[in-house]
Amino acid sequence: MTVVERREIALVDLLDRLLAGGVVITGDVTLRIADVDLVRIDLNALISSVNAQVPSPFEALEEQP
Amino acid sequence: MSGLRYVYAVCRPLGAPLQAQLTGVAGAPAKPLHHHGLVAVVSEVPERDFGEEPLRAHLEDLDWLAATARAHQGVIDALTVVTTPLPLRLATVFRDDSGVRSMIEAREDHFRETLDRLEGRVEWGVKIYAEPEQPERAARPAPKAASGRDYLRQRRQQTRASEDMWQKAEAFATRLHEELADFAEDSRLHAPQNPALSGAAGRNVLNAAYLVPRRGSEEFVELVDRAKDDVPGLRVELTGPWAAYSFAGEAPEEEA
Repeated sequence: MTVVERREIALVDLLDRLLAGGVVITGDVTLRIADVDLVRIDLNALISSVNAQVPSPFEALEEQP
Repeated sequence: MSGLRYVYAVCRPLGAPLQAQLTGVAGAPAKPLHHHGLVAVVSEVPERDFGEEPLRAHLEDLDWLAATARAHQGVIDALTVVTTPLPLRLATVFRDDSGVRSMIEAREDHFRETLDRLEGRVEWGVKIYAEPEQPERAARPAPKAASGRDYLRQRRQQTRASEDMWQKAEAFATRLHEELADFAEDSRLHAPQNPALSGAAGRNVLNAAYLVPRRGSEEFVELVDRAKDDVPGLRVELTGPWAAYSFAGEAPEEEA
């Protein structure tokens, strides 16, 4: 096992904090992050990362004997 | 007033000036807005992007979200150098400066309490991944099954090895989390990350945040580092130090 220290901040780590952490204040613009369909973002990311140069992690698993 | 106000954080008056060219979201400079002995760090953002409807659409665009999150984090990072900021959630937007001042007035006691609680603390992130396949096992091709019975036995062995792996991963994650939580002042468990979004190999079995005094950070990092040889097939990732995003806490429920 290895410990990897941060190089560049990964977007997911940032979103864990910026979308789930931080003080929640309803501003004058009353949109709440909770109102946004983050599931859709997730799916978009899933689809684009699988379709682009990055191979699906699931394919790699299935190729194992 | 042409633009809206995007608020990054609330903090105590800064002991040192913010860096002169601190650029926030939408490329505008982030500036301190003083009120009632507190400081909101604010930048002007265009209504065409940060009004309610355009914001909703933008937030479902991963590229826009990424750029905005990074810009937000850039401001928080700069603040962390000169103070202990209380970060606000992404996309907290007000109509104008007076809206920001009213918000401070409405919550100043809560802000002071939270700022006192977080003063001199930072957040560290620790994630544990279990590798799907151990390298030595993957490298050796399984012998061809001579019969149906052999095949079933091989399948059972593979399943058992994989179950062992998850049990070990879970036991290790529980133990490390307990040890780190014991050392830290506070801890939070985030949901495991989606590998498609993180691009990380292996399954994320722990995604936790720990609140640690700055002075204790070196020791905390050593604790994490010391765990590294405990179990093969597991990977530990450390991120930080972060501003205490995960410990900023929910503001009290607003009156409806």
